[in-house]
Amino acid sequence: MAKKGLDDHGKGLGRREVLECMVWAGTGVLWTVSGGVPHSVGLIGEAAAAEPTGFTFLQMSDSHIGFDKAANPDALGTLREAVAKVKAMPMKPSFIIHTGDITHLSKPAEFDNADKVFGETGVQIHWVPGEHDIIDEDRGKAYLERYGKGSKGAGWYSFDDHGVHFIGLVNVVDLKGGGLGNFGAEQLAWLEADLKDKSNSTPIVVFAHIPLQVVYKEWGWGTEDGTRAFELLKRFGSVTVLNGHIHQLVQKVEGNMTFHTAMSTAFPQPAPGSAPSPGPMLVPADQLRTKLGLSKVTVVQGNKPLAFVDQTLA
Amino acid sequence: MQTLLSHIRPATARLTPGRAVVVAMLLGPIVGALLAFGSVAAEEANVVTIDNFTFTPPELTVAVGTTVKWVNHDDIPHTVVDKNKAFRSKALDTDDSYSFTFASAGTFDYFCGLHPHMVGKIIVK
Repeated sequence: MAKKGLDDHGKGLGRREVLECMVWAGTGVLWTVSGGVPHSVGLIGEAAAAEPTGFTFLQMSDSHIGFDKAANPDALGTLREAVAKVKAMPMKPSFIIHTGDITHLSKPAEFDNADKVFGETGVQIHWVPGEHDIIDEDRGKAYLERYGKGSKGAGWYSFDDHGVHFIGLVNVVDLKGGGLGNFGAEQLAWLEADLKDKSNSTPIVVFAHIPLQVVYKEWGWGTEDGTRAFELLKRFGSVTVLNGHIHQLVQKVEGNMTFHTAMSTAFPQPAPGSAPSPGPMLVPADQLRTKLGLSKVTVVQGNKPLAFVDQTLA
Repeated sequence: MQTLLSHIRPATARLTPGRAVVVAMLLGPIVGALLAFGSVAAEEANVVTIDNFTFTPPELTVAVGTTVKWVNHDDIPHTVVDKNKAFRSKALDTDDSYSFTFASAGTFDYFCGLHPHMVGKIIVK
């Protein structure tokens, strides 16, 4: 089942040697944590059967509320469709992790609209900001006022659920010219302290907007000091890293670490290097929903990996 | 342009008021034409466009006192941020622009604060 995410469904995407896998499809990934190791269990429809023993959560990302250009004139509409899929799930997820770019321009009305639609899920949401969420006049104040309660610095925090330690990180502030995403010394020191008392057998789920690993440097798809975070995480038996930002599925397993980027609910972006820029990818209207989606993750207590199910809006 | 005007002003100051009016009337169309020409030239020379996550031209050399304008043509917002904090634009949505006047000489390396792999340079002489 976990192989699902590694199948490109015959779309012939390039750069597999770098990315290992990439799928366009998806409304969501369903994650299951088995024995503390998250794994995806397939598309949401198929996942229902596999579900069950553990607890599940959803990953949603890159809603870009306010975006109205050709690649998707109605980003709020496609978010509504994604939320409808969540509401229709036979078993409610424990919570949703949103990996940033809630809005397109950090405008109050955009945050209001997003909150209203996400609120319809009736499920708690854990947020981290994307670079589009901190471009208000005060560079992030609007985001922190809404979502920053109980967080440190630019909005990082951790929490525990079902024996899994979840860590929300921020890698979109104070970026350096010519560089990639950035955590900064203060946040890394906090991370080190946060992990200090955790045993190696504690399953860890880390989520942030920009991929922690370098997916494609030329487009800034990676985090400058991501390796510093990996050094702090490498002693743990199960680490799952969830990101957004690149509006397409990329899943990679490296030792005890599983990397997963989610689809956007707003518009797709091109595969690395396949276009002149990483800007919104225009696809025929009847294909748009096959490239948007969300992810469901099931955590099964026992000795199995987490299960991911990526579901498109189609 | 500023150099030309600074030469004209002292010259007219030496004239009597009546002659000054005549000179101004004679010079008016010429100065107007020069101003118009100057602004067109400035628009072409001192604008940096943003297309496909790229600043064009990537390097621009201007004289002290020049105003440089950045225009975003992408569907995604960008910012213009000086590496040494001399200037920083707000987020520029599609077709938004930002202008900064360079009052002193130097080399200004800048980047997009949202997509820092986007870099450019203004050299002020």
